[in-house]
Amino acid sequence: MLQQIEGSRAVAETVALCRPEVVCAYPISPQTHIIEAVGVMVKEGRLSPCEFINVESEFAAMSVAIGASATGARAYTATASQGLLYMMEAVYNAAGLGLPIVMTLANRAIGAPINIWNDHSDAMAVRDSGWIQLFAETNQEAADLHVQAFRLAEELSVPVMVCMDGFILTHAVEGVDLLDQATVDAFLPPYDPRQVLDVANPVSIGAMVGPEAFQEVRYLAHLRQLDALHRIPVIAEEFAVATGRRSGGLVHTYRTEDAETIIVAMGSVLGTIKDAVDIRREAGERIGVMGITSFRPFPSVAVRHALGDARQIVVVEKAFSIGHGGVLATDVAMALRGTDCVVREVVAGLGGRAITRESLVKLFYKATQGELGALLFLDLDVDVVDREIERMKATRRSGPSAENVLRDLGEPRVGSPR
Amino acid sequence: MTAAEILSVAAFDEGRHAQAFPSFGSERTGAPVVSYCRIDDKEIRTREPVMAPDAVIVQDVTLINQVDLFAGLSPVGFVLINTSRTLEELGLSDLYARFPRRHLATCPATEIALEHVRRPLPNAALLGAFAALTKEITLEAVQKAIREHFAGAVGVANAAAAAAAFAVIEAFDEEFSRAAAD
Repeated sequence: MLQQIEGSRAVAETVALCRPEVVCAYPISPQTHIIEAVGVMVKEGRLSPCEFINVESEFAAMSVAIGASATGARAYTATASQGLLYMMEAVYNAAGLGLPIVMTLANRAIGAPINIWNDHSDAMAVRDSGWIQLFAETNQEAADLHVQAFRLAEELSVPVMVCMDGFILTHAVEGVDLLDQATVDAFLPPYDPRQVLDVANPVSIGAMVGPEAFQEVRYLAHLRQLDALHRIPVIAEEFAVATGRRSGGLVHTYRTEDAETIIVAMGSVLGTIKDAVDIRREAGERIGVMGITSFRPFPSVAVRHALGDARQIVVVEKAFSIGHGGVLATDVAMALRGTDCVVREVVAGLGGRAITRESLVKLFYKATQGELGALLFLDLDVDVVDREIERMKATRRSGPSAENVLRDLGEPRVGSPR
Repeated sequence: MTAAEILSVAAFDEGRHAQAFPSFGSERTGAPVVSYCRIDDKEIRTREPVMAPDAVIVQDVTLINQVDLFAGLSPVGFVLINTSRTLEELGLSDLYARFPRRHLATCPATEIALEHVRRPLPNAALLGAFAALTKEITLEAVQKAIREHFAGAVGVANAAAAAAAFAVIEAFDEEFSRAAAD
């Protein structure tokens, strides 16, 4: 039923419809509302049978999820930012063991400097862990992706992370059409584990693997992710048949048919980008958008198919590899090897910096005029940066840059953090 | 954020698209916070903060001296301030020159809340006042959304506060229309 509901609540309600048997999590902004809501549903008996396990850390949360999943339970958790880093070792283990845990990642920047706002640094930090990573554009898609995530994870025995922009989506109240139990039950069969700790049929999971077999085990994990590239569109299609709604898949395109310039992005910024693209289209520019839903596995073929005819690709991303440049842009450029497509990287929205339509319209105009360089930081306050560089030149003990920049900017405005 | 959320639910109930979100972060009782609500007849795709609002509701009047809360407001925008004082008493006489007189309203929402809800929480009253001031939403939709948000007697009391504030603005409107006619 279509409801005006907070993103976190919509995800919690949908996760409950997926009948997880074990939920364990440690609260961290901006994930907290999701886990609170799931906890209440377990306590009130609305989500049953389900064990909600309070743990002392994110490391414990993922470890409990691993244990639960290995005994054949459908396991769910959620985290963000530093919480994800704190569970990092277990995140790799969940994937390495091939346990189909589903986790919501409420995307948030990583410190230092400490920052609770949205960007994609946390997801990028576990890019190579072996988890499938799906990015939601709206709260509707965030909710729907969880149902698809359990199905995908359990079919392939691979953990799946549903990434939704912290605060921007998790705390936004908007219309979400929530599924009903019968629809989810029909779409998501009970968990039938490929491997299970069972006293009647004892096996060991997590054996030491030496050089004689480690590479083969990793290669098998890669093959499962390549399998996922085929399964993700099929599952999205079946979801569309079951619900009448298109959610998920590998990539989405918008007004790309005759586009010479195509903007590529992931997550909620795609909405603002589409609005900006409409404005540039009205000005007669041939510009379109491609959103990437499946970041891992990376859909190189689909990306190349969608972008290959364009002259220029502008990747707008909320993360970057310090000392290198865009992470997503690198993957896109790899997918476009051998074509004449030029890839421009634009880093935007770090640490919750608002990505405005106005800035995007200007950016896209520059792009279509051929005035965009290889790497740009959108709305970077160059004066503030230059003044800090001057301070660092002027004296050896110039102090911490973060504090210097804050002091330089003066009093925070209303609505900024204390 | 409660007010923005309830407003978005009221608009949704009237068949419109709505989006409410806080100025992410320091959301806790007592902290200065900005929250936003967009209402539209088509799908709302943008995720940027509202920088050029059509209406500004000031819940805590002590904020008016810290920053120009009306900086991005449309020249034909609405201003609704929770206060029992007048704009002159608040030192906001300059607003008369910036916005249409009919669009500038004060409402003693906290006092109305104390009377009806017995707690100084002005959200519901301000939404009732907003409905009367902007006519963007009906009082009935606001009251329904309030009763959905606050269960039982608390919801009924808040809905009554909204109606009382609605009446305050309507009275202001009538007075203004009479003055304009004279």
